[in-house]
Amino acid sequence: MTREQVDTMETGTSTTMTSRTLEKSIGTAYDGVDPVPPREDIREAAMRPVLETGKWWWTAVITLGVVVLAGIVAWVMQLRDGLGSAGYNNQAFWAIYEADLVAFIGVTYGGAVVSAVLRLTKARWRAPLTRIAEATALVTLPIGMMFIVPHLGESPRIWELVWPPYWNLSSPILWDFFAVSTYLLATVVFFYLPLIPDLKITLERLSAGPDNLKTRTYKKLYTIIGGNWTGSIPQRRVLHGALGLISIMIIPMAVSVHSVLSFAFSSSSRAGYLETIFPVLFVVGALYSGVALVIVVAAAFRKGYRLERYITEKHFVRMGFILIALGAAYLYLTFTEYLVDGYSGTIGNASWVYQTILGRYWIPFWFFVVGAGLLPLVILAFRRTRNVKGVATASVIVLLAMWVKRLVIVIPPATEPLVKSPLNVASANWGTFHFTWIPITITLAATAAIPLLLLVVFKFFPILPVADMEEMAAEAEGLEEDLSTLGVMAAAGDNTSDNRKERKHANV
Amino acid sequence: MTGSRRQPVEIATRPPATDAEEPPSCEDAGLSRRHFLERLGAIGVAGALAGTGVLEAASGHKAGAVTTAATTQATGASSKPAHQWCMVIDLRYCNGCKVCTAACQEAHYLHKDQTWIHVFTMTNASGNTYHMPRPCMMCEDPPCVQVCPVKANFRTDEGLVLVNQSRCIGTRICMNACPYQARYFNWGPAKSAPRQPFPQEPEWPVPQVEGTVGKCIFCAAMLPMGKIPECVSNCPMDALYMGDLTTDVAVNASGQVVKLSEFLAANDAVKFKESYGTHPRVYYILGHDQDLENDEGAG
Ligand code: SF4
Ligand code: SF4
Ligand code: SF4
Repeated sequence: MTREQVDTMETGTSTTMTSRTLEKSIGTAYDGVDPVPPREDIREAAMRPVLETGKWWWTAVITLGVVVLAGIVAWVMQLRDGLGSAGYNNQAFWAIYEADLVAFIGVTYGGAVVSAVLRLTKARWRAPLTRIAEATALVTLPIGMMFIVPHLGESPRIWELVWPPYWNLSSPILWDFFAVSTYLLATVVFFYLPLIPDLKITLERLSAGPDNLKTRTYKKLYTIIGGNWTGSIPQRRVLHGALGLISIMIIPMAVSVHSVLSFAFSSSSRAGYLETIFPVLFVVGALYSGVALVIVVAAAFRKGYRLERYITEKHFVRMGFILIALGAAYLYLTFTEYLVDGYSGTIGNASWVYQTILGRYWIPFWFFVVGAGLLPLVILAFRRTRNVKGVATASVIVLLAMWVKRLVIVIPPATEPLVKSPLNVASANWGTFHFTWIPITITLAATAAIPLLLLVVFKFFPILPVADMEEMAAEAEGLEEDLSTLGVMAAAGDNTSDNRKERKHANV
Repeated sequence: MTGSRRQPVEIATRPPATDAEEPPSCEDAGLSRRHFLERLGAIGVAGALAGTGVLEAASGHKAGAVTTAATTQATGASSKPAHQWCMVIDLRYCNGCKVCTAACQEAHYLHKDQTWIHVFTMTNASGNTYHMPRPCMMCEDPPCVQVCPVKANFRTDEGLVLVNQSRCIGTRICMNACPYQARYFNWGPAKSAPRQPFPQEPEWPVPQVEGTVGKCIFCAAMLPMGKIPECVSNCPMDALYMGDLTTDVAVNASGQVVKLSEFLAANDAVKFKESYGTHPRVYYILGHDQDLENDEGAG
């Protein structure tokens, strides 16, 4: 917790605590409810997207909806004409949809990092970002999984994947299927758990407002999914425990998803796919692009819903540092892979490395190196560009470059001829994937679906984790008190305030 | 360059005339399957003893080929499969005419890019070219079968690796797994075919199914009828042999029958990419200075 944030949270408290809520919190405190003082300003900001439906909201939803519809049209065309119409052929059997699958499932990792890792490491500054991160994971994962459909040649037979008698347990695709399904479940739970206390709060807020169809519908929804949450101390304890557990569980789960996804490639004998480094490379790549997406989404919604007070520049700079750390790790892994494969010069390996770096795939490859390697570093290095705009721009570039990198991972080995000389690395018989409008439209549609679904999600659920932030604010206050009573102005560890909070609970 | 198509060679005695006219029923096929071995053995033995015209022609045909008649014992009635199919490709004789490819495509109603038997042009270390036909290797340990999520690929007890096109969902992970690039997808509408003597089944995937993968099937539906595959029977250079490891015989388009093991040993036959652990069932007989693993391939 920095001084600045303590200040930010401090300013909100005194001015907005109305006598009614104060009374309420004191009143209920005797019923065994944790007396975390409500913060009117946070509640108002969090509910802003739910209650406000501006003209721009409709414009955005309709525009994005049109793009998504175009994607569906493209898919129908592909169903009619076959996968060949998407640019595939026998010498380029995997390409854009497989890259999309990896890229879109990859960006869900931002949720796991921001919410799980930062929750576990007790990084309090994460609080205002968690809901956005979790929601991003929630919407991107189904979008990523959706790419299985156009990827399949016979998509109407997709049900066979859930038909146990047909399961071939030695197939990496089936492992993928199991891993991703489990991860989807965990992502939903991870979105839902921190939401529970907030639903109660939003319900209260809605009750105070006008009684119309919208509020009635919302109230019904919140009552159904909110359960019997009263906010009592035992309930809070259970929720905290569950959140801690799922935070721990979702990390290996996320790691397994991309590892297993990489097995679909790396468990073959094909040069360029047969890489022991792939699981790690895929996981780090997913984290990298996932953090980038959370940054972009946070920047956009911060602006759209005027959340500058809660999501500050500090958040972006810190996320930016996480971003470049992951970027450096990813670059290092890529470098290792290419160096070892290229250096060994065995059949196939020398060939695909040459074609990727200097041959027919050099443009996308170097685009990746510059876009996901150098530019973010440069942007974060200078104080002048190390701000919200800079970090957000770097993240957009990273997202694009990482998508291109997935194409560079998938396409060269798939198009490499398998009957060829080990000596002639510039062999002329490479296959070619022909980009057509169909997969490009579907990819764009999936991209548009992310903001579209997020706009819809935040139309229903508060964009800030109110309960979490209120707790943090209370802790910050406690910390402030501690510091002033002790006369210590140096940064105090997390334990201090936790102890303080415990004492507070005990006193009640 | 295309040679004229020949009639398929029947290894055994001609099937009854009715069989030739009418589509054989499955029962017929099953019956033939059981007796095929005996017939295969019989012609070999008969050839050796009587010196039939077939074998005479054969012995004069190729100096290098050991045309020993098969003298295998017919296996007793047991649960053991009667055959273990394999192919021998004599690269010394293949001239790259691609009649095999065309015959296969014609018989199975395939698009031009579905070269189930693909003829690569190879350049050896001294710059000379030769040709290498590549059907499915019918791997004993087939990676394509392992990776299929819905068990659409399977291996029969006679050693044939087949695709169930009414099961295949089109993930193409088998195309990734096959080290021989032997699998071909139906990227668009399949080529239409007239009514076939067999229903669409893994042994006779005609017509192909859009959105699924296809590959050489060793003409599985024809084998029980005593017919050798289209590519083998149409090769004008007699470069292809259909073989059976159980009865230890192989036969080519001209009807030359060789004792498989001796033929392979005498000609130093090799398998392609043996280091991949797939145990292919296609044997190559190399010409002078030819090396499949290291020569430059194209086409
Ligand atoms: S195997 Fe026979 S038919 Fe095929 S290319 Fe060679 S010579 Fe021609
Ligand atoms: S050659 Fe390829 S398609 Fe044929 S059995 Fe082996 S792995 Fe499967
Ligand atoms: S054995 Fe049959 S399916 Fe295979 S390449 Fe020859 S003709 Fe085609």
